[in-house]
Amino acid sequence: MEIPYTVQNRPDTGIYNAKLGVWLFLASEVMLFGGLFSAYVLLRVGAAPGDWPHGWLNVTLGTVNTLLLALSAITTLLAWAACKVREFGKFKFFHACTILLALTFLGIKSYEYHDKLTHYEAQLTNGKFADGHFVKESKDFNLAKKTGTITLHGHIVEDRKELVDLRSPVAKAAKHEEITIAATDIKKLGNYGPAHNTFTAIYFTLTGLHALHILGGTLVIFYLWGPGSRMWKTDPERFTNRIEVSGLFWHFVDLVWIFLFPVLYLT
Amino acid sequence: MQANVQQFPPFREISAPDAHGGHGHHEHPELNFWQKYIFSTDHKVIGIQYGFMSLLFMLFGFFLMLLMRWQIAHPGVPVPVFGPLLEKILGQPAAHGAISPDLYNSFGAMHGTIMVFLGVVPLAFAAFGNYVTPLMIGAPDMAFPKLNMASFHAFFLGGVVMLVSFFIPGGAAQAGWTSYSPLATTIPTHGQAFWLVGMVLLITSSLLGAVNFIATIIQLRAPGMTWMRMPFFVWAQFVTAFILLLAFPPLEAAGVLQLMDNVAGTSFFLPTGLAVGGQLAERSGGGSPLLWQHLFWFLGHPEVYVLILPAMGIVAEIIANNTRKPLWGYKSLVYSALFVGFLSFIVWAHHMYLTGMGQKIATFFQATTMIISIPSVIILTCMFLSLWGGSIRINTPMLFALGFLPMFGIGGLTGLPLGLAATDLYLHDTYYIIAHFHYVVAPGTIFALFAGVYFWFPKMTGRRMSEFWGRVHFWCSLTFMNIVFMPMFAQGIKGMLRRMSDGGVNYAASRVPNAIDALPGSVMQLNGWILWAAIALGIAQIPFIINLFWSISHGEKVNSDNPWNATTLDWRTPTPPPHGNFTHEPQVVRGPYEYSAPGHATDFTPQDEAGSASAPKPPTAHH
Repeated sequence: MEIPYTVQNRPDTGIYNAKLGVWLFLASEVMLFGGLFSAYVLLRVGAAPGDWPHGWLNVTLGTVNTLLLALSAITTLLAWAACKVREFGKFKFFHACTILLALTFLGIKSYEYHDKLTHYEAQLTNGKFADGHFVKESKDFNLAKKTGTITLHGHIVEDRKELVDLRSPVAKAAKHEEITIAATDIKKLGNYGPAHNTFTAIYFTLTGLHALHILGGTLVIFYLWGPGSRMWKTDPERFTNRIEVSGLFWHFVDLVWIFLFPVLYLT
Repeated sequence: MQANVQQFPPFREISAPDAHGGHGHHEHPELNFWQKYIFSTDHKVIGIQYGFMSLLFMLFGFFLMLLMRWQIAHPGVPVPVFGPLLEKILGQPAAHGAISPDLYNSFGAMHGTIMVFLGVVPLAFAAFGNYVTPLMIGAPDMAFPKLNMASFHAFFLGGVVMLVSFFIPGGAAQAGWTSYSPLATTIPTHGQAFWLVGMVLLITSSLLGAVNFIATIIQLRAPGMTWMRMPFFVWAQFVTAFILLLAFPPLEAAGVLQLMDNVAGTSFFLPTGLAVGGQLAERSGGGSPLLWQHLFWFLGHPEVYVLILPAMGIVAEIIANNTRKPLWGYKSLVYSALFVGFLSFIVWAHHMYLTGMGQKIATFFQATTMIISIPSVIILTCMFLSLWGGSIRINTPMLFALGFLPMFGIGGLTGLPLGLAATDLYLHDTYYIIAHFHYVVAPGTIFALFAGVYFWFPKMTGRRMSEFWGRVHFWCSLTFMNIVFMPMFAQGIKGMLRRMSDGGVNYAASRVPNAIDALPGSVMQLNGWILWAAIALGIAQIPFIINLFWSISHGEKVNSDNPWNATTLDWRTPTPPPHGNFTHEPQVVRGPYEYSAPGHATDFTPQDEAGSASAPKPPTAHH
């Protein structure tokens, strides 16, 4: 038994099975990210005035990552085109580029995550707030038992509102230096992880889910580039279809980032 | 490449050399047990896997319900027979064999979840859809057989996660099948996290299934099977698949967000200043509980049509077959199903009139809700009219199909007061709602599913189920279903709320005699009746269970591949259909319901029977 139209287009629908399947899958992905983006909109609209953070993310790194993905979209297309004209060597080259670009993207993304997870805000007993990147803590540091000290590279502010908009002149003028705080002075200490506020929550969730998509796409492309490319010898047409279908997914993942970047980094 | 162009499926008799290597798994003469039943890629085996699992889950969900009904009728009294067993398995929450309020909440949440996501949807969509759809459109299998297998395995894993959650400390999820936040996040047990992980697996399963069904129906229709020649069942599955494809992902998004709330300490659905147990919660706040409800019901309402459309498809097939005449208004049925599918995406907030989301929004959703009742009524009317003037052949499948019509009618019409905001404010969260949607799903959809089991059993096994015990099953089920659910309308109108582990004792007139609108004794008494009717309903399923298994090997053998004298392609295969289904490629030349065509020798004309005056032969291009 053989399933029809796995490789050739069905005459009356003009499409082969896998391509239709991946378009349907992408439709459901649109709804998935659509749901998450609407969550973003509702949370942002519902935030109390002056509560929604601005300028918390590194625009330069975001721009670099945007360019990397845009470039990978081009190499993906070229890899497929190379298959279409039956130039296997070029295919290998272009998809090697795609994989490297994707891995670089993930590398930058993990650097950004690391930056957020080592960024602490300490609510002090005197009502002020210390905010900065973690440098080190003393050996006997224990917040619960109020022993030891912690050193942050950052600054101390009177009003927590000063930490919200990092694009404001006040925030830009702030001097950052190493500050050492005793545990006895700390009321509450937390990093800029997902639990920090709704912005970091939606930032980590959206970009995390997107990064998982990048990872999955990279794995598929790597498989097709490596062991899966054996099919080139037996059935180049079917193999080309696989490149096309995985490319469609990859373009979708790129497109999601095109929405994520302005929504999270630029506003 | 040109030489390789394959226009239409090379069928079994053509032993074409495998030109497209790599997707092995051809017909090995001997498949071992694992290949044949666990890792099968045959749509029929997968359909039966789904069917078997979902029937088991439905039985389990029913059993949870029986325990809850006992607790409602006799609050705090140890459960007879099963009490000690419960205590042994579940420990503290079932101390002394009685059901604690926490355990009641768990059972309530899991009864809903299991019945909807592990029982009815997998049976209606995945089991019948898998088994019957490719046969009806004349396809050798689904478009993506391996994906089909993966879909079942994800479903199975999801079921395992749900079941395992009963045995973790604190037990299964307790926040209802709707899992409203902040309740779902603030209950200090891990049941909810398990529920969410289980749901993500089930959503993955239904996503893979939906993609597969749509691709199959679009791509693998046999030559001549044009859209308007597809049986209504296939149309129903098609629309259902689109609903699943597009409505489930927002719930997946919501599930991910709630999982973050529960595991990573975020506050997506937790408002600022949330107090838990009198203490300010250690949360950043800023989230929106309404957001969860919007995302949940964006799935939740289309899900209702996922439950009902395949059932309507089954009933349509059985009615056409047993009235021996064409289905009345085939095109109206098809367009209504499409319209229902589309409209089901913009009615969700009628579940939220009581949330204070605003009058204007409520008005909009009230209007769309009234509009969606029109195509549903058209579908039901077409089915009723199909009976008109037919010489109806009464058998078990037909009895269940006929039972479906008024039962679904009751369920649908009692929904109208719930769709109007003014009346819903009063009826919301009462037993009236419980009665309403159970009429839609239990004597509605589940009757249709029973009808389907009795109807396609001869194709699956080559034997019939016992007609006598089938009728016993039907009449007992019909009677007891109504005794179970009809009183709930009265209870709800009198103000009895759902989700009360004591069955309303706290609000009973006997306890608080002077309270305004306290529940009168007559309403409380109904709890006892419902319990016994529910037990009787359970007993009424025993003939079905025995009949089902006994008939596999001992049922009366069918004397042809088409024992019901049906017209659709699913009856044009060998019995049971082998891997690859058809012995020759079907050429469809006519519509799906050509019964009693004038001048034809028999009272049915199969879709692929060549040469007849009633239908012109279509152009069979590309062959």
